[in-house]
Amino acid sequence: MLEINVNGQIHRVEAEGDTPLLWVLREQLGLTGTKYGCGVAQCGACTVLVDGEAMRSCSMTVEVAAAHRITTIEAIEAHPVGRRVVEAWVAHQAPQCGYCQSGQVMAATALLTATPKPTPEQVREAMTNICRCGTYNAIAAAIGAAAEAG
Amino acid sequence: MRIEDMLPEGRPVNLSRRGMFAAAGAGLFLGLALPARRPAAQGSAAAALRHATKVGVYLRIAPDGVVHLQNPFVEGGQGIDSAIAQIVAEELDADPARFFVACAPAGEDFRVMQGGNARFTGGSFSVRSSFAHFRTLGATARAMLIEAAAARLAVPASVLSTDPGRVLHAATGRALSYGELAEDAAALAPPGNAPLKDPARFRLIGHAQPRLDVRAKSTGNVTYAIDVKVEGMLLAAVLHAPRAGAQPAAVTNESALRALPGVHSVHRLPGAVAVVADTWWRAKKAADQAQVAWAALQGPVMAEDFSPATMLDRLKAAAGTPGNTAEEAGDLRAALAGAARVIEAEYDAPYLAHAQMEPASATARFNADGSLDVWVPNQAPDFFRASAARVAQLEPEKVRIHSPPLGGFFGRHFAYGPANAHPQAILLAKATGRPVKVIWSREEEFARDAYRPLSFATFRAGLDAAGEIVAFQAAGYGEGPISRHFGAARLGNPPVDGSVMEGLTGKPYRFPVKRVEFVPVPHPPGVNLGFWRSVGHSMNDFFFESFLDEIAAAADRDPFALRVGLLAHSERHRTLLQAVADLSGGWRRGPFTAADGTRRARGVAMASPFGSEVATIAEASVQDGEVVVHDLWIAIDPGRAVNPRTIEEQVQSAAAIGLSSALMEAIGFERGEVTTRNFDTYQVLRRDRMPRVHTRIVESGAPMGGVGEPGTPGVPPAVANAVFALTGQRLRSMPFDRTRLSGA
Repeated sequence: MLEINVNGQIHRVEAEGDTPLLWVLREQLGLTGTKYGCGVAQCGACTVLVDGEAMRSCSMTVEVAAAHRITTIEAIEAHPVGRRVVEAWVAHQAPQCGYCQSGQVMAATALLTATPKPTPEQVREAMTNICRCGTYNAIAAAIGAAAEAG
Repeated sequence: MRIEDMLPEGRPVNLSRRGMFAAAGAGLFLGLALPARRPAAQGSAAAALRHATKVGVYLRIAPDGVVHLQNPFVEGGQGIDSAIAQIVAEELDADPARFFVACAPAGEDFRVMQGGNARFTGGSFSVRSSFAHFRTLGATARAMLIEAAAARLAVPASVLSTDPGRVLHAATGRALSYGELAEDAAALAPPGNAPLKDPARFRLIGHAQPRLDVRAKSTGNVTYAIDVKVEGMLLAAVLHAPRAGAQPAAVTNESALRALPGVHSVHRLPGAVAVVADTWWRAKKAADQAQVAWAALQGPVMAEDFSPATMLDRLKAAAGTPGNTAEEAGDLRAALAGAARVIEAEYDAPYLAHAQMEPASATARFNADGSLDVWVPNQAPDFFRASAARVAQLEPEKVRIHSPPLGGFFGRHFAYGPANAHPQAILLAKATGRPVKVIWSREEEFARDAYRPLSFATFRAGLDAAGEIVAFQAAGYGEGPISRHFGAARLGNPPVDGSVMEGLTGKPYRFPVKRVEFVPVPHPPGVNLGFWRSVGHSMNDFFFESFLDEIAAAADRDPFALRVGLLAHSERHRTLLQAVADLSGGWRRGPFTAADGTRRARGVAMASPFGSEVATIAEASVQDGEVVVHDLWIAIDPGRAVNPRTIEEQVQSAAAIGLSSALMEAIGFERGEVTTRNFDTYQVLRRDRMPRVHTRIVESGAPMGGVGEPGTPGVPPAVANAVFALTGQRLRSMPFDRTRLSGA
């Protein structure tokens, strides 16, 4: 039995220690807003906040995660920066199919929390998530708007 | 795979009615299969409206006024839920923001395409094939609400009007909301002649409207197929044969696998082994450890020497073989013999994966009443119901197909036999007696996708002494998804596979003499073939428009001016070319030095995909031997726009995937096994190489064309043509990143 802190709540989960955080979130806590895309930290669909930093939950074990505060997309609107990011995402209509967007929103939230007014270079470095619908320009515009609003 | 696998309920529809292409299978892709471009899926108005007054089937207005709409099309990012709501809301006179749209179940009532006989989401057909249907549906529902209000208010219907969401009696100022009237209205017989709005009075259609699903998609609140949860379900991970076609003869460590935590059972399936467990991760961990004896039990297995290079050699070996005529004008042999000079070129493009972000999954549940529920990402519920029924050995009526929003599709989710996960889910649910969800790992997804076929084309052009084109010949080689999944017998006479040929055919340029031909060369059965965003156009417009640039270079003509000259007969195309030139600040080929000091050039290309016309200009430079695309200017003429904002977004998206294919994508095989099995080896466009995309919509008033795919095919040739203008290097093979560029 492991205890993990997700969205401000302590959850007891029964899982092997090497189980990726992603699958504990999805299968044991029912938090399916965090997506499986590649399983090898390439695509970023599974991005969550770990002590406020964007991390790929497919490549972090639940054992390691247990020592940290985890924030998922389900709690994003309770995050002051996250709420702004979501509003900008809606205004700029960033999502198309939407599957990668939980991860994109989490990555943008981490970026703007650490760097409220990022340069285009900083946006490029932080936003490495893949979007197969090619919404990159809308995402960049939304990040710009969220930074403005901050 | 049999042809019937692609037909609803496994039955061909009446073949005699509209000739050989009318079977629901091939007929689905009528617009792709015929060389001449027609306003596809716009049959006689009456036939197209067969289901348009079935208001009760499509619409339910709740007491709170929310309009619940059954959509025959599936939402996958293209905005179709919002588009259908917009069209219905226009005629119903309602607020589209108060619509709740879901993908409709399988069944006759939702076959709104091909004269009311077909249903699928693809070919950029959705809006154009159902525009009249949904306008009529909305107008019919409005008439019923007015009639219900007339009875309630005891006034003639003729003195009533509507404003969004309510019926008004102007004389007394009384108003009744649709929510209040819905129950009475639902009891009325739908009229057959409800008046449609004068398009001049449209307040929604033609105007930018927000999409309905954006907030849910920005907060993780959409349930995709992979997220579906069913009471009591087990989870399954699969391991496919390394070489397609092999079968699992035995799992030699089965008892060890069954002893792993959470594992329920181990199963041999057609071409795969499955582990069923209480969570997917536990199933996956066990499947990764499975020791399987693979054997050629039945049917062909991928040859051990198969690779894209061997397949390309096979296609190249067919070069010069006389092909089946797709388009012909004049005497090619004589025209070439009389030409002052003949130029020739060969082009190729690789196998591509759809690489949609949501990997394949399916959930199956057998119910106590003998019915079966299947949740599966799909672009065609009727086909999937037929397929599921065959696997389950049930009557189709006993099968319910649930079609959740798609985490991207781009052609991935048609019924492609072994590329679909639902047969596995059904077999496992049957074997375990429990509901089962199968999820394919990303590695299995890349290894068992139905790929855009590796492709090859040859060109010849004869020029006279003045550099005018006197003869043009193009040939496309291979096998497309139409041949593969609909059967060679459906290709017409002479047989021409539209999914191999479109983009070599259907070009707007006028040549005095031309011949375009199809040379069939099969791909191995172990390589599944699929429809990929813009299908044949995705490679052929690159081939054709690049070769047109080669002609311009040989004739010492500017490539933009050459195109204008070849389009003297078509004001629509010249207008579009001028529009894209204007959008880019005037045609300027370069090379030139940009403000940041880089040497750049521009290329132009045109495409005529899915009933729309597109002109594209790309601006590129070269850095470290690789092309850098800075800007794309895309002018699209879809005839007429329903939601300009969606069109701009779809052009962005289509351009991104087009550039991705141009620069970096390719499925690799070694020794018959797929080697590119995750995003580390199968590269797709990331934000660091995403250019600015500038879009202009030109409404020519021509019959409505498609929107989701047309932005794709112009991008690769516009980029290649820019690279040629900059470096003098002619790119004849995709992806371009394989070619080291010399720099400006």
